Order: sequence, then structure tokens, then C-alpha cells
Amino acid sequence: MTQTLSTLGSDAPDASALSEAQLLDVYRTMRSIRAFEDRVHEEFATGDIPGFVHLYAGEEASATGVCAHLDQDRDTIASTHRGHGHCIAKGVDIKPMMAEILGKTTGSCHGKGGSMHIADLSKGMLGANGIVGGGPPLICGTALAAKIKGDGGVGVAFFGDGASNQGTTMEALNLASVWNLPAVFVAENNGYGEAAASTWSVSADNIADRAAGFGMPGVIVDGFDVFAVYEVAGEAIRRAREGGGPTLLEVKFTRYYGHFEGDQQTYRGKDEIQNAKENLDCLKRFRKRVADSGRLTDAQLDEVDAQVAQLIEEAVTEAKAAPVPGPEDLVTDVYVKY
Amino acid sequence: MTNDQIQRVTMPKWGLSMESGKVTEWLVSEGDELEKGQDVADIDTDKIAGTLESAWSGVVRALVVEAMVDVPVGGTIAVVAPADVPQEEIDAVVAAAKEQLASGAIEDESGPKVAEVHVDGRSISYAVLGDTESEATPVVFVHGYGGDKNSWLFVQEPISADRATYALDLPGHGASSKDVGDGSVATLASSLVGFVNELGLPRVHLVGHSVGGAVATVAAADPATLGKVASLTLISPAGYGPDINAGYIRGFAEAETRRELKPHLQQLFADQSLVNRQLIDDLLKYKRLDGVDAALALIVAALLDGERSAVNVTAEQASFGGKTVAVWGAEDKVVPASNAGSLEGKATVHIVDGAGHMAHAEKPQAVIAAIKEAIGAA
Amino acid sequence: MASRKISYREAVNEALAQEMERDSTVIIMGEDVAGGAGGQGEDDAWGGVLGVTKGLYGKFPGRVLDTPITESGYIGAAVGAATRGLRPVAELMFIDFAGVCLDQIMNQAAKFRYMFGGKAVTPVTIRAMYGAGLRAAAQHSQALYPLFTHIPGLKVVIPSSPYEVKGLLAQSIRDNDPVIFCEHKAMYDVIGEVPEESYAIPFGEANIVREGDNVTVVAIGRMVSMAEEAAKKLESSGISIEIIDPRTVSPLDLDAILESVENTGRLVVVDEASPRCNIATDISAQVVSEAFGDLKAPVKMVSPPHVPVPFAGSLEDLYIPSAQDIVNAVKTVTEWSK
Repeated sequence: MTQTLSTLGSDAPDASALSEAQLLDVYRTMRSIRAFEDRVHEEFATGDIPGFVHLYAGEEASATGVCAHLDQDRDTIASTHRGHGHCIAKGVDIKPMMAEILGKTTGSCHGKGGSMHIADLSKGMLGANGIVGGGPPLICGTALAAKIKGDGGVGVAFFGDGASNQGTTMEALNLASVWNLPAVFVAENNGYGEAAASTWSVSADNIADRAAGFGMPGVIVDGFDVFAVYEVAGEAIRRAREGGGPTLLEVKFTRYYGHFEGDQQTYRGKDEIQNAKENLDCLKRFRKRVADSGRLTDAQLDEVDAQVAQLIEEAVTEAKAAPVPGPEDLVTDVYVKY
Repeated sequence: MTNDQIQRVTMPKWGLSMESGKVTEWLVSEGDELEKGQDVADIDTDKIAGTLESAWSGVVRALVVEAMVDVPVGGTIAVVAPADVPQEEIDAVVAAAKEQLASGAIEDESGPKVAEVHVDGRSISYAVLGDTESEATPVVFVHGYGGDKNSWLFVQEPISADRATYALDLPGHGASSKDVGDGSVATLASSLVGFVNELGLPRVHLVGHSVGGAVATVAAADPATLGKVASLTLISPAGYGPDINAGYIRGFAEAETRRELKPHLQQLFADQSLVNRQLIDDLLKYKRLDGVDAALALIVAALLDGERSAVNVTAEQASFGGKTVAVWGAEDKVVPASNAGSLEGKATVHIVDGAGHMAHAEKPQAVIAAIKEAIGAA
Repeated sequence: MASRKISYREAVNEALAQEMERDSTVIIMGEDVAGGAGGQGEDDAWGGVLGVTKGLYGKFPGRVLDTPITESGYIGAAVGAATRGLRPVAELMFIDFAGVCLDQIMNQAAKFRYMFGGKAVTPVTIRAMYGAGLRAAAQHSQALYPLFTHIPGLKVVIPSSPYEVKGLLAQSIRDNDPVIFCEHKAMYDVIGEVPEESYAIPFGEANIVREGDNVTVVAIGRMVSMAEEAAKKLESSGISIEIIDPRTVSPLDLDAILESVENTGRLVVVDEASPRCNIATDISAQVVSEAFGDLKAPVKMVSPPHVPVPFAGSLEDLYIPSAQDIVNAVKTVTEWSK
């Protein structure tokens, strides 16, 4: 029952599985994430953003391809410290996200969480998580709840190559199998845990190779190809929804920015990032694929680009103008009497 | 073979959960003549302190225990017999009693038995004490707002000497169902009527305290009990006048902590020291039970009209027309004794000094006398 | 109310059964809480390692879940499920195992409500056995509730009798915050009067176990019985102590303690947790800070020595604070003069 399937390469999946509206949606999501992250990168450099930020640029196809299959109300995702992409793909509003990153009261968490803890439980987004490996056990819980409620809901845990080594992740994989939970585990292998390469820190050749050890199928997919991700994620999510149990997906790609903003990335090979941006980039590949097949025009896609740019601009302007939380907000949202 | 004339005075059971008590002071000495009703000893339990009335007559031949010694309920504390019973027989009884106390093998048969009936879909818990085969008309005790069948601690046992006695938990209280319907006196009264009928009692004397007094009155006038209620004894009854301490009624229901509850409870008694930790604790435990908050809220809403009593049962009392005796603590701060004016000419009214709203706890002798007057007992 | 005498263990079982009856979202999970998953014999052979959950598996099919020995996995799952409308009661078999799942409790459950701007509700109850007295030795006898008391966002409950344990567990399950519910393993056979009906004891309301005028004695959990024993011994010396059981150390009913100290002027705090940074130090500091003027003597704390719990019975009996230790502390504060 445990096979490692490999769907690398840009030829195999095509765009025909998605309608025109869905294609535009997919593009809009990826573009929103890219634009959001690029802008945060700029703003961070000015010193306006407090704390730590971890950017998802380059990885858009993963969050987008997976979350395209998820419902807002009955499906849940857990994320990582690199959570903006997952948030946007799951439908969390961009303006409150920007405000949250800037620490304003209009933020998704009223300014109390920040970049690493952006959450919207009403949209099934259990939050970016500051603890590596914090998400997978939580998803065992949401998947358990969905199973008990019988609503067909699925829980998806996004985690990185670093977290793939964490005890919590392994316990979650085991538990999901033992309890036959409607869960999908998405290992986003961007090549680096922090500065150490995943080829060094992960003892197996592929993270997906470990799936067999936990009694579930393991699938490797090209993370720069949103259609490939869409296809394998669809299958895994369908299997989970139908009671077939969990799957481990390994998405292979890379991140464009540092582990955190400010990271000089001198641990990476020369031209590594440049090569990815020019030859592998998911947005470029998407545009080429739909142009080649005539499904969407450049004009349509450019229109989306403009709308997204406008939205991001507004988000930043409004967030900068919003108030910061005051002393009275300090002790709310937790019982204080001790 | 024990001489039938030798009677044992035993540690009484004042309340279902009482397990032991101690004599704090003997009020008789060996050799004294003893009559029924005479004070025998002051007794302290973990719940309350009180005076044991004699249910025996004869000569006090032996005091088996000293003061301040814990004795389990049912344990022999004194021996009463005629003067001519030989001393050796008395000594044998005393020795056996001491051995029994030392070994701890006392069977507590003396207390009320608790049982349950179902009335209108609600379970009603009650405590029965006394000979249920006796031909004397039984007495049914009806507690008040926030109380329960244990409220009759000092009163049920003496009255049960010659007849069956029943103390029930009204809906919303004690161990009975916490569903009170609309919370009105009428609903509670129909539970009382149902209770009497369910037990198949052809005729009863009703004794009611506070709201229980209003409930008993309405039950006595209910056509379903026509001819069944032989007498009515009312202790600080509600429903006989507009004056009521609405602050207490609401405060009791709304208090959630010991701190909040204590000042309200202090209004119940002339002697505020009776509000001890155990009393407050027991009431908090009752109020925490699921469903009690809702039940009390309904009862309070039905009981009050602003700051006055919304309940008036004087018409029902008139329609009952049977023997009615009322006892009222002069210092009643919850249902003031001034309300007794409405009973003039319709009932015998006793105002008792040194008692507040809980005369049956503070001045039980006076209440027992009033009940006996109502039931026509000697 | 209808009362009868049952044991602490039976009271826990009854609270669980009544809450599960009342609310279909309550589920139980833990190691061997049914105790037989997958074997050839009974599915619920154990009903918990000390039989506390026996019988619930059959009464509530599908709601009593055995877990593998993977605390991070299933405690995390309980936390995740709590964000999705379930009320999980997860059993951490021994509070000493907090080390292998502390992140899920401390960084996930405790922080969701605040970190997500008040929008997360995490009604998880974690039941754990604590305390010395069964010769279970150093890794199975600790009283680690100070660790949890220290974390904002957690409620910590320590019941001292069968009546308390049933009402406090009902309240813990009904409470919308994460609760650490500490059951003393040496108290399971203690008998007490417990109403048959369902009831809940509010948090943050201390119980005055015994009234007294000379010294206030605050005692935690099993130490309440030690204090009651001490009270009887002190009667003959004419010293009357007022025993306060806080019931919940977080939230703490400091007012009740201050009110008592105002009357007695002397305070002794008895805490089975190791002496550095335990609850006794916390309460003492707060009382001194708030009621210095009321104190007629220094505050005395009665705690074990600062060593791991020893195995040998002769040593363990010396380790656990005794009634005599409390008597000595009371005498010290009553006899103290400058």
C-alpha cells in the first residue's frame, strides 16, 4: 500500500482539469502571495515591520495547488512560521494580514500575534506557528473532529523539511495512520531547514520515503508546477475525504528570500536563486502553460496583476494608518485574575 | 433477657447526614425523676446545637457518657427505668452500652428513611419517620424557599413519636427533580397534593414554613384534597401579606460565593451565630447542582412583584376553613410578623420572642407545641 | 440533594460520564484509557492505568480513544480538536510526562486565545496524576503544577476530595480555556460524600475547610487532609487554625486568603511541590505584598526538601509534608516574637 510515486517534470499534468474561472483563481492566489511577500520584503527593509518575518516567495504553487481543493468551513490547515502563503491560499483576508504584520489593532489577531501567528479560525486556518513541528499534531486533532462530526472535512498540515525531522511530526504521522484520520501532510522541502541543507539534515533520500514507515502513501511533486501540485493534492485530499486515511506529500522547490528577513543567505550556491527565478518560477510557468494552450490571455492575467497590485497598495496604506493597540488591549483576550 | 421497663436514651438523629454528636451539658442527674418533654441534655452536632427533649419517663438510673465525648447516632447515652428495677440489671445494660460504644458497632436504625415518588413527571424525594401503621393522622412537613426536608431537624422526631411523619423536598429543592414548571406556588402546591395522593394518605396534617406555608395553604384548599387536610400549621408563612424581604429572596438566588451568600443567610436568624460554615457550605453545594439556578430564578419571579410579595393565599386559607395555627418569630426579617394580622380571627397566632424567620430551628419547642395544638395531640 | 459516599476515583469517573451524557462534544483520549486497543482480548481491559475511566468505553462508543505512547501527538491532537468544536479530555498519564508534550500545552493551547486576538476558543482539559506516596519514585511522583501556573493562558485545578474532584472536573470540561486538572494518585481510594446529581464548582473560589482564629493555613490538594489532621492535633494546645483550600491555583482566590490573614495575622502555606518557585512561594509573596500590615509573624512555607522524590518508603515518608510538619510551622508562627 505504500508506494513512492514520482511526478516530476513539466509535461505530465495539464491545465484541462480546471475551468477558466478556476485558472484565474489559481493565478490570482499565486500572484497575491508573490506580491504580498515582495512588498513585505520591501517594507521590512525600511525598518517599519517589527519582529521576525519569513517569506514564502517562490513557493506559491504549493499552498495554492493544495488549498484549491479545500472548503472554507469544514477543512483546516496548520502552517509554519513561513505562513503568509498558506493564509492567503486558505482565504484569509489580505488587509487584516498586512495590518497584523505591522502590529495594528485592525490585524487578524488585533496585533497580538504578528507574522508568525497570523490565524483565522473562522476560515479553518489554525495559524502560522512559531514552533517547528507545532502544526502536525494539531491537524490530527482537527481531522479527528471532522471524522467524529462526519462532515467530510479534511485537515492539511503544511510543514518544512526542518519539521520533517521533529518528533512531533513523526508522532502525528503515526497517530494519523493508527486512527485512520482524514489528514494530508505536506512536507514543503525548500532545500534548507534554516541554513543547513535538507539534503544533509534529512537522513532519507526523500522525506516522502518515510511515508512507508508510517503506513501511508508518499508522493513527491515538483513544487514549481501548480498543476502537478493540484493533481497530487487533489488525489490525497479525495482519499482522505473518502475515509482512505492520510497521505504524505513532499513538495520540492526553493524559497527566494532568506530563512528570515535579514538573512544574507551566504549558505546557498551562487546563482541558485537566480536560476530558479528565471527557469523554474511557478508564475512564469503558469503563464506559459495557459498561453500555450490558449486557455487564458495575457490581458486577462495582466488585469489580475493590476488588481492585486492595487489591493496590496491599499493594504499597506491602510495598515500604516491604523492604530496600534493600547494599554487597555494588553490584558484582554486571556483571563487575568490570578 | 432485658427488663422491658429499662429504657435507653439514645443520641438522636437530627438530620439525614448527622453521624454523631456530643452532650455538651447534662441537664439531669442520676436519680432525677424524668418526664416526657423535659429537657435532658444540650447536644452539639457538626450541623447544629440543640436541646434533647425526653421521650421517656421514669428515673434517670445512669448517665452512660460524659460531656464532650463523641457518640454515634443511636448510641445509648443514658438509662431510664422505674426506681424499683434492680441495680445489677441497670449495671448490665450500662456495661453493654459502653461496650457497644467502644466497639463502634452501632446500627443506625433510628433515623428517617429516605424514599422517592413520582408526581406529574417529577421525582419527589422525602423522609419518612414514625410508625406508618399507626392510625393517628400523619403529618406532612413542607419546607420553604431554598430549604429541604432536612429543615425539620428538631421537629420531625418528637412529632413522629406517635404517628407517621413525612418531610418532602419540593421541586427545585433537595434531592427532588429540579424542574419547577412556571415556578408558581400553585405548581408547587399541585406537587404537594400529588405527593399526598401518590402515598395514598387518606388524611394529613400539613405543616409549612415560609413559601412552604403558602404552598400548604393552597394545597389545603385544592378541591383534589377536599376533606383530606385535617389541620394547617404555618411557620412564618409567605402569602399572608404584602411585606416580604425581596432583597433576601433575590440575594439568596443570585449569590454565587460564600462571601455573597453569608450576609443574606444572617437575615434568617435572630441569633446570627447560627450561620456557620457548615450551613453556608451546604447551601452552596445545593445551589451548584445543575438546574437549581434556573429553578430559583423562576420561583423568585413568581414570588415577587417588585419589592412586595406577589403571592396572596388568604382566600385559600379562608376556603380551607379548618384548624389553623401560625407561629411567627418576632424578629423575622424575611416575612415580617406584621403579616400575621391577616390571620386574625381565622387562626391561632403565636409570636415567639428570640426567633427570626427560622423558628423551627431557633425555638423548636414553641413550634412543636404549635403543631401539637393544631393536630390536637395531647 | 441526594448524597452517598463514593471514592475520589469513582467521582472522577462519574463526572466524566455525566458530562459526556450531557454534551456530545466531550471525548476522552489517552494512553490505555480504554486499555486494550488492537489486542485479542477486551477492548477496554484497563479503563485507565488505575481504572479511573473504566466503563466509559462501552457507554460512549467512539468517544473514548486509546492513543499510542505519543504525548506530543495526542495532546496536540486534543488541542487541535478543541479549536474545532469538540471538548476533549486528554489524559496525561503522569504529570511528570509534561516534558514530552510541553510545547503543545505551553506554546499552542495556552497561547491561541491571546495570540489570535481573542478569536480562538480552546476548551481542552488535560487530566494528569500528580504527587508522591505510592513509591513510584522520581519520574512518576512530581507535583509539577507550578510549571503550568506560571504560563499565562492556562487554568490549573487541584481538587482535594471526592466532592471537589467531581464538581471541579465538570467545571473544567465546561470551561472554554485549557485546564490542567491535577488528580493526586494517592487519593483515588479516599471516600467522601458526593451528590448523585451533576454540579459544577466555580473556579477562583477557595473553600474554607475549617474556620479558626489563630493561624491561616493554605493547603493544596492532598495537603488539605494533612492540615485537617494537624488541626485536630493543635486543638489540645488551644490553637485554632483556619484551613483554606484554594481549589484552583490559577485563577487564585487571593481575596479569601487575605480576608483570613486579616483576621488571624499569621500564615502557613502547605504545598507538596518542590520548594523553589512553588505555589507556596507565590502565595506568600502575594500576601506579604498585599497584607504586610496584617501580619504578626513571618509567613512559613511547608514543602518537601528540594530533592527528587526518593523511592524507598522510609525516605518518601520523610519527603512528603506531614501533619506534624504543619503543626510545627503553626507553632513557629504563633510563638514568634522579634
